[in-house]
Amino acid sequence: MNEYMERIYNGIVKENPCIILMLGMCPTLAVTTSAINGLGMGLSTLAVLIFSNLIISMMRNIIPDQVRLPAYIVIVASLVTVVDLLLQAYVPSLYSALGIYIPLIVVNCIILGRAEAYANKVNPALALFDGVGMGLGFTIALTVIGIVREFLGSGSVFGLDILPEAIPSIAIFGKAPGAFLVMAILVAVLNACNVNTAANKKVEGCDGCCASCSKSCKSEEKEGTKA
Amino acid sequence: MNLILIAITACLVNNVVLSQFLGICSFLGVSKQIKNSASLGGAVIFVITISSAVANLLYQFLLAPLHLEYLETIVFILVIAALVQIVEMFLKKTSPAIYQALGIYLPLITTNCAVLGVALTNVQNEYNFIESVTAGFGTAVGYTIAIVLLAGIRERISEADIPAPFRGAPVVLLSAALMSIAFMGFGGLSF
Repeated sequence: MNEYMERIYNGIVKENPCIILMLGMCPTLAVTTSAINGLGMGLSTLAVLIFSNLIISMMRNIIPDQVRLPAYIVIVASLVTVVDLLLQAYVPSLYSALGIYIPLIVVNCIILGRAEAYANKVNPALALFDGVGMGLGFTIALTVIGIVREFLGSGSVFGLDILPEAIPSIAIFGKAPGAFLVMAILVAVLNACNVNTAANKKVEGCDGCCASCSKSCKSEEKEGTKA
Repeated sequence: MNLILIAITACLVNNVVLSQFLGICSFLGVSKQIKNSASLGGAVIFVITISSAVANLLYQFLLAPLHLEYLETIVFILVIAALVQIVEMFLKKTSPAIYQALGIYLPLITTNCAVLGVALTNVQNEYNFIESVTAGFGTAVGYTIAIVLLAGIRERISEADIPAPFRGAPVVLLSAALMSIAFMGFGGLSF
């Protein structure tokens, strides 16, 4: 396995941003009401993450260290605006379903976290593959949570009815509390299987989305290289 | 009356954390003790109210006349980041007491999704200046209520005998789920 494939494996399995690193909880909980919404959100984030990693890696020697966070935010916000306008033009149904969570990709901890912890240290090709891996990991996690919630909440998957009408669905899983419930059970199962996640590492959690998140990512990265 | 309706809707019916999932990170991260979460809540009320006022003015008098509405995401996030810095410096100089209480939480709020979320929602709902400030204040109060309640629950359950896999994050998420179910009851409020 060469280092590029390793980045993709790392993003999807070893350091899955959503399930292992517990980053980007806001979109994870908010848009996974159905599988298609989860997939759409995941792919939008994937697109932003690939290009932000690539651009930030290419500009890593130009951006002065003191102003790097504002510079990253401008790059990410511009990319998010592009994705926002593209979705509005070509997939209006998804655009209205995701609503405010599309512009909020800007403050998704995963993107600034990867920029700060990885993309600004390596060459553009590695950063690109890291973006693909992390983005795919996020997309897969969101889609799976979406499938679970849609199946329990309305008995369908990707809009196709699976359960016969006679079996009642559990509507609460499609609503706000369902997101917390599914996430709680998911983390509990991971705990029971002794998977090391950010939730049981006793790291002082990501206290204010990105500002502190990028720091905790950084410390995790350091721990990773030591070990 | 309309303003009261906006405030109550923002605060309870569409609670920013429990039904819109904004600011989840700090909601789960800084809710171990009531004291700290109340301080964070105070800082959030402060920042969101000011930032929704500034964002509204910018949108009304700069972006809308120039037809640059599509730049709102970039403009808002930069303005919020700068604003938090200014508020921090201002508080440090003028009222050290408030700075002592809120200081360490202010930088954490810079990129809290709730701040940007409120600014964008206000634009989406086409609120005017007063309505934006009211909605921002209401949302932030809703956030404070939610995080203080969760901190109260967590202070209780920290002593409880919880099944091993559910210790830590899962039991907090379960408490949040139950709170969210309770807050869904506000959806039945009619005016």
